[in-house]
Amino acid sequence: MEKKHPALVVENLRKRFGLEEVLKGLSLNANEGDVISMLGASGSGKSTFLRCINLLEIPDSGSVTVRGETIHMATDRAGNPTPADMQQVVRLRAQLGMVFQNFNLWSHMTVLDNVAEALIYVLKLSKIEAYERAQATLDKVGLSDRRDYYPAHISGGQQQRAAIARALAMEPAVMLFDEPTSALDPELVGEVLKVMRTLADEGRTMLVVTHEIGFARDVSNRVIFLHEGLIETEGTPQAMFSNPESDRFRQFLSNTLH
Amino acid sequence: MALPAYATAPQRLWHYTYLGICAAVLFFLVMPLIAVIPLSFSKSPFLHFTPELLALDPDAFSLRWYRMMIGDCSDPGITTVCSDRWKDGAWNSLRIGIAATILATTLGILCALGLSRPHMPFRKGIMALMISPLIVPLIITASGLFFAFAKWQLVSTFTGMILAHTVLGLPFVVITVTATLVGFDTNLMKAAASLGGTPVRSFFKVQLPLITPGVISGALFAFITSFDEVVIVLFIGGQNQITLPRQMWSGIRQEISPTILSVATILVILSILLLTTVELLRRRTERLRGVSPG
Repeated sequence: MEKKHPALVVENLRKRFGLEEVLKGLSLNANEGDVISMLGASGSGKSTFLRCINLLEIPDSGSVTVRGETIHMATDRAGNPTPADMQQVVRLRAQLGMVFQNFNLWSHMTVLDNVAEALIYVLKLSKIEAYERAQATLDKVGLSDRRDYYPAHISGGQQQRAAIARALAMEPAVMLFDEPTSALDPELVGEVLKVMRTLADEGRTMLVVTHEIGFARDVSNRVIFLHEGLIETEGTPQAMFSNPESDRFRQFLSNTLH
Repeated sequence: MALPAYATAPQRLWHYTYLGICAAVLFFLVMPLIAVIPLSFSKSPFLHFTPELLALDPDAFSLRWYRMMIGDCSDPGITTVCSDRWKDGAWNSLRIGIAATILATTLGILCALGLSRPHMPFRKGIMALMISPLIVPLIITASGLFFAFAKWQLVSTFTGMILAHTVLGLPFVVITVTATLVGFDTNLMKAAASLGGTPVRSFFKVQLPLITPGVISGALFAFITSFDEVVIVLFIGGQNQITLPRQMWSGIRQEISPTILSVATILVILSILLLTTVELLRRRTERLRGVSPG
């Protein structure tokens, strides 16, 4: 049997917007089944980090490796970094299921079609298989009764669960969550977190950028605290929350909890 | 626009004057159509309302001009020249119109996409250039095209006609699609990319369906522009490219035939049907998606 690769390895990722360096060399190693919560004040680079992982933002330097395959980077004529092989990027993105803060469901398709679309056109499943899998995934997130609705006709919590189903149905190596509950009304946050907890219990590899301290503490097996583009402190939830070593993290916690 | 019960006498007076002005304006706008439609069913070969016609005498009405329009010359009452010219004209208009619409829509969408990119250089200059056919007097565009096309042997060809009408239709597509793209959420394309969608596939499956209302209205304007265009046809079109408007123009100039009125009536009905269908389709999709129209 071939050697088991970690699900996701990120090395020394840097990203600059204009004069401001948002990521200053971030590294991360996620094994299969890891649930990693990333905390940090706004502007600490959490979301940019996620977007750099699947190259929705092009990092200035550093490398991303998904299940042992490293994304090749090159330099374009203007000297900016650019993916060397766009086909590889497209292929690896399908391995990195992304859930966005604002759901980003396609408003002209029903919930079921939203989930089935990429199965048909990216994974090249037959329509029957794709719709079966989409249906099964919607069952899992508790949305089978809303499958024929258009996104505009369901609640924010239901939209986010549909978006999770859309990413999940691809059976990605890693699920990336970009503040999945930040755009929701408080009473809708619970249903989304419950779905995420189910996925974590199934042993899915998840990288969650969040403000939900409770989720980070109770569900994840590793917590990373970012500060100004660098990892300030990281560790198991028990160690991080019961006895925070970093003053900045302690400060962040007391600001968030009150 | 109901009048509230507490309205004073001057308010009432103004209210009815206002309604009267509105009615007058609307009447003025549709009057030509009101005149054309009954006259097209007249038996008389002269373009005026005969007393019989006004008395609604059934004998004063006939469909002979419609028959003549489709090339049926069997009616002995037809005194003017009768031929297949109307049918040919309609067929030419349709061919040129559809080809020019497809070209203008495709190129217009590509142009609008490019102009909507955040870092597009010379955006304003290119936009001004693209919509210049709307602003430059048509006669100047036409004579310019004539000299350019003469050099490339495109005068009196279908290709030349289609290209010229594409130029005229392009601004409408660019304007409507650019306007629609302003409201397009580019995060939806990021979602498609994050699932492993290629840019081209994502465009066809996500972006294009969502900007369809703008594309359809742009295409419709492009088609109508080509369909009722006569100046360019006079300059660029040859004997084989006589379109419906060109035929109407020469019909009025050379033989005052009521067939023109039949053609006009058919065109009015077609336009109403086309616009109604498009509007109904648009409302239906938007109701389904729960997006407010606009």
